Amino acid sequence: MTDAREDVLAGIRRSLGVRGDERTRRTIVEDRLATAPAGVVPQRGQGSGEERVRVFVAQAERALASVTRVADHAGVPAAVAAYLRDANLPAELRMGEDPRLAGMPWGETALATRTGASDGSDLNAVSHAFGGVAETGTLVLVSGADNPSTLNFLPDNHIVVIDAAEIVGDYEAMWDVLRERLGRGVMPRTVNYVTGPSRSGDIEQTILLGAHGPRRLHIVVVGEAG
Amino acid sequence: MSVHPTSPKFKDNARRALGDAQLQRALGNVKKGFIEKRAAAAAALPEFEDLRDSARDIKDHTLEHLDLYLERYEEKVKASGGHVHFARDAGEARRIILDICKAQGAKTIAKGKSMIAEEIGINAYLEAAGMVPVETDLGEYIIQLRHEMPSHIIAPAVHLNASQVESDFRRVHTHLDTDRDLSEPVQLLTEARAVLRERFLAADVGITGANFLVAETGTSIIVTNEGNGDLSQILPRTHIVLASIEKVVPTLEDASQLLRVLARSATGQDLSVYTTFSTGPRRPEDVDGPDEYHVVILDNGRSAMLGTSFQEMLRCIRCGACMNHCPVYHAVGGHAYGWVYPGPMGAVLTPALIGVDKGGHLPNASTFCGRCESVCPVRIPLPKLMRHWREREFEHHLTPATMRSGLKFWAFFARRPSLYRLATRLGMGALALAGRRSGRFASLPFAGGWTKHRDFPAPQGGTFQQLWKRERAGKRDRS
Repeated sequence: MTDAREDVLAGIRRSLGVRGDERTRRTIVEDRLATAPAGVVPQRGQGSGEERVRVFVAQAERALASVTRVADHAGVPAAVAAYLRDANLPAELRMGEDPRLAGMPWGETALATRTGASDGSDLNAVSHAFGGVAETGTLVLVSGADNPSTLNFLPDNHIVVIDAAEIVGDYEAMWDVLRERLGRGVMPRTVNYVTGPSRSGDIEQTILLGAHGPRRLHIVVVGEAG
Repeated sequence: MSVHPTSPKFKDNARRALGDAQLQRALGNVKKGFIEKRAAAAAALPEFEDLRDSARDIKDHTLEHLDLYLERYEEKVKASGGHVHFARDAGEARRIILDICKAQGAKTIAKGKSMIAEEIGINAYLEAAGMVPVETDLGEYIIQLRHEMPSHIIAPAVHLNASQVESDFRRVHTHLDTDRDLSEPVQLLTEARAVLRERFLAADVGITGANFLVAETGTSIIVTNEGNGDLSQILPRTHIVLASIEKVVPTLEDASQLLRVLARSATGQDLSVYTTFSTGPRRPEDVDGPDEYHVVILDNGRSAMLGTSFQEMLRCIRCGACMNHCPVYHAVGGHAYGWVYPGPMGAVLTPALIGVDKGGHLPNASTFCGRCESVCPVRIPLPKLMRHWREREFEHHLTPATMRSGLKFWAFFARRPSLYRLATRLGMGALALAGRRSGRFASLPFAGGWTKHRDFPAPQGGTFQQLWKRERAGKRDRS
């Protein structure tokens, strides 16, 4: 029996009428991978500064997330505590080891905080976003000890802190940021684009929130636009 | 062979579906919701039509270089610590998956939604090996409890009403209080969430599909609204991605173009709630995520579509817009199509994957109204491709004898225009005379298929060609 991999690739080449070693085809492919042309990028997220943040907030709210803004990192714990109190949720919170979160004055609130990945028993979690995309009000979170991926999905209520300066206009700009930080062709284990809280329309096509992931998504935007 | 198709019995399936009052009520939800939501999302984005062109071009480019992009994709997955397995057919894919599950000593397997998994019939195979695959998408979970197939590629349980889901939950979730209130859909959702959360935490292996594979980075992408695809991959020790060869795209930018048209065409969202980019297994610095990451890439007849007129079908990104807008789908639902993929995309793909002898009825189940093509985010000419299948069906002598002789009879006259005009004039005249009293016929010889369900109106005012001629003459006089 021949190798499945060889067979599948040979089948593709036979149908396309190619050999696979044509220099022109290889050059076309290498060029595309190296340059990653952007294609059509919507105008919607292209405003600069405060306008971009405004579009991000409006789109996130359209996706049924709630949003508050605070002036600086020191203001985050109080805003989180107020959110949990207003929603009648317990004053407890799980988070990862993100130094930006660790540097916030949680001690000034009555919140009981725990650190590390979630095993499914946490009601509330807070993560720090890698960035955001204004176009669709999308949060971008990356895996790692700083912000474990389980925190994005297991708790009932997910709070995400994002720096206003790290909101970009479109997905393409986000990929540029990632490539700049990690290098070309390199990705974290998981990049989560999150746009609103979990939902399902599988019963009679009626949208209900809180399917498997968080029932509520609350975003705290910190500081001014970059 | 994977899932046993009932596509050859399409006519019987359709007849049963039309008489099923419960199904007809549920199908009303398709017409109501999907069409308006898609239209609103498309209208809200000025660049939407340009993005459809871009999406089409990306897919065309990738298919022309598919061998090279797959090689690069494989290389990048390996570099990130993952494994790639190619599978020629459904059986091979099933064996690969079973071997991985066995090596893990797996008992419970959490499944994110995957149409390829349906195509290869993986659940029954794993069950036969003593394992417990658990569907975690709410719609897929419901139909798994009912031992049914999905009736829609993005809304698997769209053929059901809430009361049916309630009785299934009462039948299966016997550990819960029998007096509990499940009258509201949100109570059904909450119960499924609690039951499935236990299964997620117990799962040894998670299997998800892939909306896209990115050659540049070796990344698999899934989109969900529930978050089940994510829990299926970050909690178990092993993540298996099940994808077909045409899912690969060159870069993250290309994937982004396609994502912009995918959710808008599917549910009318700008972006699904969770778009997840997964690359390899857990890294040393990670505190969660799978220890092993496998990708199974299935051919199952697709490579043979390349270089033919059906290559365009491989652009499909499985949004479901074609079926959401299809009058035939609205009338009979997805199960009538008899295999994995329903609606217009299924009518084109099914004969290619299971053979025109088995799937040949499906391309005939079209009014050729063209709505599917008008909403397809990657501009697949679905009516044209259905017509190609009809031609092949005829060439292969698979068309019934009565239809063939009817077509021959018609062709005899069509090739002789003056005889045709004479025959139609005489025929129409005779029909008009016979039907002049009631203006309609309750039955007609050779037209029982029509008159069984509605009356045939008696012709008035001559043949089409006569009317056409008169109209043209009138226009010329006016100009």
